Amino acid sequence: MTTTDKSGDVRLSGIGKTYANGFTAVRPLDLTVPQGSFFALLGASGCGKTTTLRMIAGLEEPTSGTVHLGDQDVTHLPPYKRPVNTVFQSYALFPHLDIFENVAFGLRRRGIKSVKKQVEEMLDLVQLGEQARKKPHQLSGGQQQRVAVARALINHPKVLLLDEPLGALDLKLRRQMQLELKRIQTEVGITFIHVTHDQEEAMTMADTVAVMNAGRVEQLGSPTDLYENPNTTFVANFLGTSNLIEAEVDSKTGDDIVLKAGGGKLVLPEARCSAPTKAGGKVLVGIRPEKISLTHADDAGEIPEGRNRLTGKIADASFIGVSTQYVIDSPVCDELAVYVQNVERDGRLVPGADVVLHWSPAHTFGLDAAQDIDAGVETVEEEAA
Amino acid sequence: MPFVTWLKRHLVVIAGVLTLSYLLLPNVIVTVFSFNKPKGRFNYEWQQFSTDAWKDPCGVADMCGSLSISLQIAVWATIGATVLGTMIAFALVRYRFRARGAVNSLIFLPMAMPEVVMAASLLTLFLNMGAQLGFYTILIAHIMFCLSFVVTAVKARVMSMDPRLEEAARDLYAGPVQTFLRVTLPIAAPGIAAGALLSFALSFDDFIITNFNAGSTVTFPMFVWGSAQRGTPVQINVIGTAMFLVAVLFVLVSMLITNRRNSQKA
Repeated sequence: MTTTDKSGDVRLSGIGKTYANGFTAVRPLDLTVPQGSFFALLGASGCGKTTTLRMIAGLEEPTSGTVHLGDQDVTHLPPYKRPVNTVFQSYALFPHLDIFENVAFGLRRRGIKSVKKQVEEMLDLVQLGEQARKKPHQLSGGQQQRVAVARALINHPKVLLLDEPLGALDLKLRRQMQLELKRIQTEVGITFIHVTHDQEEAMTMADTVAVMNAGRVEQLGSPTDLYENPNTTFVANFLGTSNLIEAEVDSKTGDDIVLKAGGGKLVLPEARCSAPTKAGGKVLVGIRPEKISLTHADDAGEIPEGRNRLTGKIADASFIGVSTQYVIDSPVCDELAVYVQNVERDGRLVPGADVVLHWSPAHTFGLDAAQDIDAGVETVEEEAA
Repeated sequence: MPFVTWLKRHLVVIAGVLTLSYLLLPNVIVTVFSFNKPKGRFNYEWQQFSTDAWKDPCGVADMCGSLSISLQIAVWATIGATVLGTMIAFALVRYRFRARGAVNSLIFLPMAMPEVVMAASLLTLFLNMGAQLGFYTILIAHIMFCLSFVVTAVKARVMSMDPRLEEAARDLYAGPVQTFLRVTLPIAAPGIAAGALLSFALSFDDFIITNFNAGSTVTFPMFVWGSAQRGTPVQINVIGTAMFLVAVLFVLVSMLITNRRNSQKA
C-alpha cells in the first residue's frame, strides 16, 4: 500500500441523519478521512459520532448525502456488501461460537474454505492462540476486545470502524490496548476510524481528530493543533482545560491584536484568533493552565517584557506530585486555573498571596465571544460522573 | 446431640431425596405394575411377576392405533406451533405495529382460559363451520393451545438477545438469510427447543379439548380414559413406562452432549 492509493479514503458529503421522530442525530456534514490514517471522532454521548460511524458501516441509512469509499459510492449498499468492518462497543461476539469460529465468521461468509492458517495467524497477532476453542464468555474483557478486533481485521477491510472499543475496560488495560491498537494500525496500514468520548484516548491514538458536538463537527485537526489552537469554546473546554477571559479589541499592531481586559492589556497573535476582530468588539481570550507562570507580587519587576500579565490572588492550591494546581481570583475572571510544575517551589505561593500571572502571547488564542463560554465543560463532568 | 448436628448438615439432601421420591413414586408404581399379571380386568393389585405385556405391547385391541394417532398429532402440532409461535415471538419483539399490545395479551388467552370452556367453544365453531370432526380438528385445536407456550418461551429468549449480534453478522458479510440461519436462529434455539418440547408433551397428553373435538377418532389419552371404565390392560403401563424411559434417555443424552462440549473447551 502506497500513500497515493486512495481506495481506502472515506469521503462523507453532506451526510446527515434525522430519525422518523424528528430528532436530528447528525447535521449534514462533510468529512474526508485519508487512506491509512488513524482518525478519531471525539464528542460527548449523543453528539452524533456513533451515528456517523454507523452510516459508514451501512447499519444506518443516511437521510441526506453520500458515503464514498475510494471512488465507490456505497451510500445505498447494505453492510454485508461494504469492505468495511466494525468493532462494536459491546464487542458483539457470537456467544454460540468459539473464538476460532468467531474470527473465521467473515471469511466463511465470503465462501473461503481454508480458513485455518489465516485464523491462527490472526489469533497470534492478538496473542490469543491458546484460547481458540473457548467460548467468548470464558474470556476476560480485554481478551474479548482483542477477539473483536481480530474478527474484523482478518477480512482486510479498507476501513476499520471502532465504536468506543475500550469503553468497558479498566484504566490500565485501556492504556495498554490504546498502544496495542495503535501498533496494529501501523502494522496493517488500514484506515481506522475510532469513535470515543475520551479526549485523552483520541489524542494518544489518532493522527487526526474531529471534535463533534450536537450533530456537527466543531473542529478537525491534529491533536496538537486542536489543543494549542482551539477554534470554539466547546473544543477549548472539552479538550483539556482552558481559561477563557472576556476582553475588548483595542487596536492592531502588525500581526498582533491588543486587547483590553479589566485594567490591563493582553496581546494575541491575529493568526490565532478565530473570531472577527473589529475595534471595540468582544473576544474571548484563551490560555491553557500549564502555559501560565506564577510570580509573587513582590517580584513582579523581574517578569520579562512582552509577556501577557494579569494580577490576582491565590484562592486555592492543591499539590498533586508532579505539579501544583492553583485557582486564582483575578479582577478579570474569578477562578483562573494555573498548573505549575514542581521544579523550584516558591514557598510564598499559598492561598491568600497576591500574584502576577504571565505567559507568552504566542500561547494565547482568541475565540468568538458570542459563544457559550462554558460549552463543553458540563459534558466532560457528566461523562466523569 | 450428634443426631441434631447430623440432621442440620444433611437437611438439604434429605429434603431433596424426599421431593424426588414424591415426584418419582407414581412412575415407579407404573413401571412395577407393567410387570404384573392381574387376575381380573383391572391392574390395581399385585399378583405375580410376568413379562407378557412387554412381549406383546400391542396385544390390546385399538391401543397401538390410538397411540400412533396421538404421536402423529403431537409431532405435527409441535411443528406447526413451533414455526408459527417462533415467527409471532420475533414479530412481537422486533417490530412495532398497530395492535401489538393487544396481540401480546391475546396470545396468552389459551393459557389462561379454562380448558373445558375452550373445548366447548371450539366444538361450537367447528360444528357451525360444518367441519368434519377428527384428526384435523384435533390438530388445529392442539396447534392453537400450544402456540402461546411457544411464543412465551421464544419471546423471552429473543428479548434477551443483543441486537448488535445481528448487526455484527451483517457487518461480517452475512446477508439477511445467512444472518438468520447462522446467528439469530442458533441463539434463539434453546427457547425454540423448550417451546417445542412443551408443545409435544401438552399435545400428547391433552384430553379435554381432544375429547370434545375428536369425533370418532380415539387418541391415546382417550383410549386410557375409556378403558379405565371397563378394565385397565397392563399394556397401558408398558406404554407409560416406555414414554418415561424415552424422556429420561433424552435428558441423559443432552446432558452428555453438553458435558462433552464443556470438557472439550477446557
